[in-house]
Amino acid sequence: MASIASRRLAKELSEIKSEGCPVGINLVKADDFSTWWFTIEVMGESLYQSEAYTLQFRFDAQYPISSPAVQFVVTDGRESPVHPHVYSNGHICASILGNEWSPVLSVIAVCVTLQSMLASCKKKERPVDNDRYVRNAPDNPKKTQFEYHDDRV
Amino acid sequence: MSSDYEYSDEEVDNVFDEDDMQAEDSDGDDGMDLDDFKVTAKPTRKAYEIEYNSLTQSAIEKLMEEDVEHIRGIFGVDASAARLLLRHLSWNKERLIEKYMDNANKMLVSAGVAVPEPEPQRPSRRPARRPRSPPRTTFVCSICFDDGPELTPLALDCDHAACTGCWSAYLTSKIRDEAEHACRCMAEGCALVAPDAFVRAQVDEETYTRFEELLVRHFVSCAPHLKFCPYPSCTNTVSCPSAASKSSLTTVVPTVSCGARGIGPPSGSMTQSQELVKQVTGKEHKFCFGCIIDSDHRPVVCGVALLWLKKCRDDSETANWIKSNTKECPKCMSTIEKNGGCNHMTCKKCKHEFCWVCMGPWVDHGTAWYSCNRYDEKGGVDARDSQSKSRASLERYLHYYNRWANHEQSAKLALDLFAKTEKKMEEMQVTSTLTWIEVQFMKKAVEELDKCRMTLKWTYAMAYYLAKGNQKDLFEDNQRDLERAVEDLAELLESPIEPENIPTLRQKVTDKTVYVQKRNEIVLEDTADGFLEGRWAWNVSVDGFEPPEEVAL
Repeated sequence: MASIASRRLAKELSEIKSEGCPVGINLVKADDFSTWWFTIEVMGESLYQSEAYTLQFRFDAQYPISSPAVQFVVTDGRESPVHPHVYSNGHICASILGNEWSPVLSVIAVCVTLQSMLASCKKKERPVDNDRYVRNAPDNPKKTQFEYHDDRV
Repeated sequence: MSSDYEYSDEEVDNVFDEDDMQAEDSDGDDGMDLDDFKVTAKPTRKAYEIEYNSLTQSAIEKLMEEDVEHIRGIFGVDASAARLLLRHLSWNKERLIEKYMDNANKMLVSAGVAVPEPEPQRPSRRPARRPRSPPRTTFVCSICFDDGPELTPLALDCDHAACTGCWSAYLTSKIRDEAEHACRCMAEGCALVAPDAFVRAQVDEETYTRFEELLVRHFVSCAPHLKFCPYPSCTNTVSCPSAASKSSLTTVVPTVSCGARGIGPPSGSMTQSQELVKQVTGKEHKFCFGCIIDSDHRPVVCGVALLWLKKCRDDSETANWIKSNTKECPKCMSTIEKNGGCNHMTCKKCKHEFCWVCMGPWVDHGTAWYSCNRYDEKGGVDARDSQSKSRASLERYLHYYNRWANHEQSAKLALDLFAKTEKKMEEMQVTSTLTWIEVQFMKKAVEELDKCRMTLKWTYAMAYYLAKGNQKDLFEDNQRDLERAVEDLAELLESPIEPENIPTLRQKVTDKTVYVQKRNEIVLEDTADGFLEGRWAWNVSVDGFEPPEEVAL
């Protein structure tokens, strides 16, 4: 199993290196097959213009059968974007990271989805239950059972 | 109320389905002194028993196949499509037929049988493993990105190919980690579901067994008249149509047994005495069909039993502590814990000054500082009176709780008692001329004792909630008679064995066992009849019952 995960990640990485990332997404660090970092910027006109955020991917041995643990980095002066689906601790409520994850999705596909999630945002605000969630949130966002109540944003 | 004590003989010929089931538990191998215990010989259904059927996993699978065949015949689809359709609509055949007739293609798509396509698809197309082979050299698995020549591409009808390794890892993880029986295609947004044959070909045997179990569980959970046995690693199901609706639970207590004995080492590997212990202690998987209690909670109905359990969980420990460590301020009734200092108390809340010993106001004490000898003075008596009123409800609860807990504890100790009794039985065989079969009366007595303690335990839960009145008095009379009989029998079982006494002891124990059995039946039967007649009234509001007339404790 572990070999499938690392083989797949190796392929993804070499593809990123040979073909490059989509506009606005940059690979920061991918030294091993457990944690990768990307920066993500929203291009064009949006509420998040000229803001850059750092995304962290954590993979387990079951990747890509099981989804990666994805969150915004909120340490070292970095912050998570103010968005109705992003908590202040960096956790993201997005169905493709949970029950709609599919093994054919890739790291880049997740980045692009999150980029467009930010781009389509109409109003900068935290999720309504932000304080309550952040207080009790587990370290790994995959341990949270999100309810995907709003698929408009 | 002489009718309470009558047996109803009308149902003598009501021979019902699970007779063989019951024959099983009426001691197949120790067909001993049956003459001593005539009470059990009647195979009629008592008011407190419920009609049910025990089904094994394969029996359920057969039921599922019947439904599948039925649907297959009507729709003209293949079995695997019929299965997916039925599972999709929670085995509701009527709704499936209606919806399928309405729009067959839409139904097939939403059940994951067919790919959504503009042109109507033939539903009978078999979605089997069909290696779509694009030229070998170009196949790259979209999951692991591997492209070795040894990779076999595999896809459902949707043609989203992945290598067999990835399919098997994916299906195994879905089935084992997520307990999911409807495994959709791995491609994003594709809703096609892997049919059984596809799953079988891709996962190992253990996983497929789990898959089959998940299917059975799903089927059982969809049918209100079926319930899966809650005991760990038991795969039996009980069918009990008469307790399928919620409203029936106010009139019956559906105690059922799945027909399996407790799990233990296979019988071949045990010594005779171990085997005996298992026969006695390896109990039936008894549980309640109507609620989540995984034991027999007769005679009290589910709603009241659950109410009681919840109260015990919430209150017991706290209540005990409050009772033994605190008193209430005689003026404002705040609960006060005295954890040091003298008897001159000043209530923090209302500033009332009183004496901790006599509870009377401190001003009456004059100069008799710190040594109260005024216990009987009027002020103190009044204060204690009002205090005792506020304690009454707590006391009342603890009265019932302690008796309940007592029987629960005794039932837990039953295992020890079994072992002890077994030793005594051996002893008897040595010291007297009695044979193995002749000392079985002891075992029977212990079994009966255990059963009655179970009944008694729940009668206290019931009595706590019963509204005051004649009915409650009668109930408590029956309860008291059973309680006495049980304690007498327990005492007999503990009595020392002397060789010359054995015949009398045997006679006494046998008589007492029969008597206890009778008392137990009376309690169970009368209570069950009461539920059927709607005779019981509660002092709290219970789901499905009339609200209490007045809340009087």
